[in-house]
This record gives sequence, C-alpha cells and structure tokens, in this order.
Amino acid sequence: MRKYVIKRVAQILLTLYIYVTIVFIIVAAQPGDISQVYISNPRIPQEARDALKQRLGLDQPLHIQYVNYLKNIVTGNLGLSFTNYPQPVWEIIKERLPRTLALFLTATIIYYALAFQLGKLIAWRRGGVVDYSATVSGVVLWTVYTPWFGLLLIWIFAFQLGWLPIGKFIDPLKWRPFIKYISPNDVFNYILLYGGGGFVVLFSVYLFAQRLLQSYWARLSVNVGAVLLTAGSLGYLLFNTYPMGYLAQDILWHMILPAFALTAIGFGGYMLLMRDSMLDVVKEDYVMAAKAKGLPDKVVRDKHAARNALLPVVTSFVLSLAFAVDGGIVTETIFSWPGMGLTLLRAVVEEDLPLAIGTFVFTGIFALIAHLIADLLYAYLDPRIRYT
Amino acid sequence: MAAIAQRHYEAPWRAKLRLFLRGLSINWELFKESRVGLIGLAIIVFYGLLSLSYPILMATIWDHEIYNPVSGYDPVVVQQGGQHPAPPSARHWLGTDQHGRDVFSQLAYSARSEFFLGVMAALITVIIGTLIAAASAYYGGFVDTFFMRVADVAVLFPVIAFLIVLSAMFDLTLYSLAVVLGLIYGFGSITIVLKSQALTIKVKPYIEAAKVSGGSSFHIIFTHIIPNLLPLSFLYMMFNVTNAIFTEAVLSFFGLINIQMSWGMMVELANIGGYLTGEAVTRYWWLFFPAATSITALCAAFYFVGRGMDEIVNPRLRKI
Repeated sequence: MRKYVIKRVAQILLTLYIYVTIVFIIVAAQPGDISQVYISNPRIPQEARDALKQRLGLDQPLHIQYVNYLKNIVTGNLGLSFTNYPQPVWEIIKERLPRTLALFLTATIIYYALAFQLGKLIAWRRGGVVDYSATVSGVVLWTVYTPWFGLLLIWIFAFQLGWLPIGKFIDPLKWRPFIKYISPNDVFNYILLYGGGGFVVLFSVYLFAQRLLQSYWARLSVNVGAVLLTAGSLGYLLFNTYPMGYLAQDILWHMILPAFALTAIGFGGYMLLMRDSMLDVVKEDYVMAAKAKGLPDKVVRDKHAARNALLPVVTSFVLSLAFAVDGGIVTETIFSWPGMGLTLLRAVVEEDLPLAIGTFVFTGIFALIAHLIADLLYAYLDPRIRYT
Repeated sequence: MAAIAQRHYEAPWRAKLRLFLRGLSINWELFKESRVGLIGLAIIVFYGLLSLSYPILMATIWDHEIYNPVSGYDPVVVQQGGQHPAPPSARHWLGTDQHGRDVFSQLAYSARSEFFLGVMAALITVIIGTLIAAASAYYGGFVDTFFMRVADVAVLFPVIAFLIVLSAMFDLTLYSLAVVLGLIYGFGSITIVLKSQALTIKVKPYIEAAKVSGGSSFHIIFTHIIPNLLPLSFLYMMFNVTNAIFTEAVLSFFGLINIQMSWGMMVELANIGGYLTGEAVTRYWWLFFPAATSITALCAAFYFVGRGMDEIVNPRLRKI
C-alpha cells in the first residue's frame, strides 16, 4: 500500500508539473504581452510601458520568467485581478470555491447513486422496453445540448410554473438585514459543513451495517434509523436556527434547479456505463454459479454482479473530474451561479487574464488533487487495484 | 498445364476486395440488429442530405441576396407588413431571425461545418491515438511511460475551460478548433484504451512469425498491429465526433469562436436577442429550437452509431 501511495503521489506531482507548464507555454506563446493592451492609447508613453514590463518581470528572459511563475504558483501568489482591481486572484477563488463545491457535491452524490441503481436494474432485464427506453433517454441526456437544456428547465420550472427562482444564488431582499455581519460564504461553509457531515455519518453507518450486521432486518432498521436521525437534525438546523438556517434555506432554494440540471447531465453517462459494465459481469462464471446454487435473483444481482460491475464505473468517475469542471462552466453560466466556472468565463470575456489563468490553474490543481484522493481511497477500499 | 493453373489464379487485390466485401456484409448484418445504431445512421444520413441541400438550393431556387446565411436580408417580409423575426412560411421554411436571415438556410449551411469539424477533429484524434497506442504497446519502456503520463494529463484536462482560456489569447476558427480538439483528445483516453488492445495483439503468434521472418519494427507496427487496431479506433472516432460537435456548440454559444455561422451560434444569437426569456421562448421557437435540436440529434446520432458498432467490435457485448 505504501509503495502504491508513493507512486501515485509522484505521478500526480509530475502530472501537475506538466499541467502548469502547458499553461505557461500557452501564455508565453500568445502574441504581445500585457503592456501592449492599450497600444492604441497615445497618452501612455513608452516609458510607462517599459516600467510596467519591468515591474511584472516581463523583460526577463523566458526561462527566468518560468522559474518565477513556478515559484508564484507554489507560494499561492496568483496575482491581482484586473476587473476587481485591488483584489488578489486568490481571494476571489477562495470566495467562489465553496459555491461550486456545494453545487457539485450535491449533484454528484445524487446522480451517482441514481445511475448505479438504475443501470443495475436495466442491465438485469436486458432487451426489454425499459432497457431500450432507458438507453435511449440515457444517450439523449448525455448528448443533450447543455445550454439549451438549462434554459428549457428555467423556462418550465421558473417561468411557466413559477415554482423555483430564475437564476442567481441568493434573494437580496431576504439577505438585506443580515448582509452586514453574514456573508453568503459563511452560509455556504455552514451548508458544506453540516450537509457533508451528515452525508459522511450516513455513509459510514451504512458501511458498518453492511459489514457487521448479519440479519437483513437489523441492517434495515439501523439504516433507516440513521437516515431519520440525520434528516431530523439537519431539518432542525435548517428550519429552527435563525438567521443561519433561514439563509441556508434561501441558498438551497436557489440551488435546486442547477443541481437538477447537473444531475440530469451526469446521470445519463454513468447509467449507460453501469449498464455495460453489468452486462459484462453477468456473463462471468461466478454469476452463473451463484444462480445455479439457487440463490435468490436479487442476491445474485446485488451482491455478486453489481459489486463487481461498479469497478469500471468508479474508475471512470475518478477520471471524469475534469469533465465535471467543464459541465460546471455551462451550468453555472446558464443559471448565473457565481462559482468557479462563471468566474472563469467572465474573466475571459472581460479579458482579465490573471483571473482567467489563476482560475484555470487552480481548477486543474484542484481536480488533480481530488483525483489523487479518490484514487487512494479507492485503492484502500479495493485491494485488487494495488496489485495491478 | 500452366494455362489451367492460371485460370484458377485470383489477383491478390481481387481476393482482398472480396474478403473485405464479405466482412462488410457480415458486419452490416450484425449492425442491423442494433436498433439504436440504425436510428443513429438514419439521423446522420438526414443531416448529410440537409447539408447537401444547401448548395443545391442556393444554385437553383434561392436568391443569394436574400438567403445567404450570414449576410442575407429579406425586404419582402417587411414590405408585406410583417417584421423580423418572421414565423415559418412557404417563403422561409423555418422563418427568419432578427436580422432577416433565413433560418433554414443557416441550419443547412451549418450542418456542413458541423460535419467537417466533427470528422476532422475525430480523424486527427484517431490517427494520433492509434499511432501512439501501437508504438507504446510495441516498444514499451520509456515511450510507453512517457505517453501514458501525457495521457494522464490529457484525460484530466478540462477541455472546455482550456478552450475558453485559449480563446482569450488566440483567434479560434473552425479549422484551428478542429486541430486543437483533435490534439487534446488524441493524446487522451483513446491512447489508453487502444494501447490495452494493442498489447493483446502484440502477443499473438503472427507477430512472432513476422519478427522471425525478419520484419522490421516499422513493418510490424504498420502492417500487423495497426490494421488490427483500426476497428476499435473507428469506434472511438464516432464518440469523438460527438465530443467535438458538442464542444464547438458550447463554445459558440458563449460567443468565443471566430466562425461565420453554426448551430451553437444560432442559439447564442437567439439568446443575445432576448428570445430565450419569458414569453418569447414559445413565440419565437424557430429561432433556437431547430438549431438546439440539431446539435442534440447529431451528437446522439454519432453516439448511437458508436454503440451499434460497439456490438460488432466488442464481441464481449454480443448477446449470448
């Protein structure tokens, strides 16, 4: 295990290095530099341009710039944003990150669980009407033109039915009395802390129940009890604390639609993958043996087939963290959710280069580290991985 | 004696052609069984005909001044008391947009560039992917490690985010976008998948035989490994066409590509004009609905064909 961890960490560090270097090459390869931005403005003298160049270190040879760039990334110095001038890029990222995280974790957990269950079921009944329609709708969800899908959701649920808010992440009217001493980010951190905590508790109770308890009814009652307790305490926090719970309600209210869109987009691909992987496993001899032993159909499906079929799905999940970033840009833009994706797009459109590069580098590093953690966790849970 | 022998002799190219045709018809039989594959093929043929219809209509019944997808304008609608965007009519089959241009003409014109972009990006991807996979499976060692690490980066690369950043610095056109997409995907997951396939080919007896009879590495890679990789490469090409078209549509929706007209841009124009909010969505449906549906349909079609081919290429997926 230790050897595996060291190997993976070294690989990820190398990957990180390549990633950061590619970004540097792209920036260095672009024609001109920052001092040329206002080239048509005659009131900026050449001396001012030179001074700017010198101050930013752009007059240095390329390899020294590269070393400086690496040094800055390691020390977390991503520069100052142009559009929010005196604010450092790092501050902006720190402000936007929890919003993206809250949205993503919710959507990911939901679609992953759903895709696993449904993929398992339709593969078990291959060739039926359910399988056929689920496959087609899975492909359509996976390939649907995301901006259009998001707009459609807004039109149906927010405009026609009026059930949900149209965009943005808070309702300013509700926040006005509190905005002096509570920032939206405090509330986001609050949601992440308690929501994430609740999920971790539930998941570990579930795992322990699976491992330790033999009888079906004992497991069921422990699981149901844990779900009720967590839901009850989270509900109490949400509805009976003021103003935190009150404001969290507002944010969660705005989160429903984007989270639903992300869930639908991610769901299709994973359901199809789970189905294919399950079809593969169903042909294995041990499934046949389990059936021949006379085990109930459900036991064969859930314990013998589905667990092994999950393996490639988890691998693909780990690999597709980057895709989550891409999907996030579209979703966040359509729903005006001010997270990392929208920040990146705005920065590019407004030509705020430090913010754009900073966000991009940070997103990549974040995805790589998440990848590493998921990988290690996975290797820990499944001993077969370590030896391959 | 010699004459008799000659009569039974078949030219090698003819034998190859016969085998190829037989393989094709067997594969077609297998492909026909997959209903999704056929649906996908039908959609692709439909859009192929649509893109063909543009030059034909332009040359025969359409007036260039009016029906040009980028610079056209129809004054007749306004003279008759209507206004742009005008609803579908016999004159404009899918109506006009806010600048008085014909939507059907835009749709048909863009179909060609979508096909071009998708196929070109996928071709680049597949060529790079197949070459790297064959080389790294055959040579192993440093070549293998290097390309697999590169693939690690490429797999984790947030492509759309990257292209958004890239568009801030460079002018992305249809061609450069196709090349960039082809390169990024070419070094990515396709090499990993194809390499594992190439590894199973590498240990086959005919590779040994080729080595023993003195075939060079180059010869073995190009005449023995790559032809056996091609079916799988072709399958992944289908999935890459989907990716490329989708990425282009998203980027042109954000207005980041320097392109004259595309389906994503049609949706963007409707969005900028404010036709995607509130009541206007149902009133001006022809502005975005044909384009958005076409993107989804064509992406899904290539994916469906890919899945249909999957059942031919991957014997493990065939029904027992």
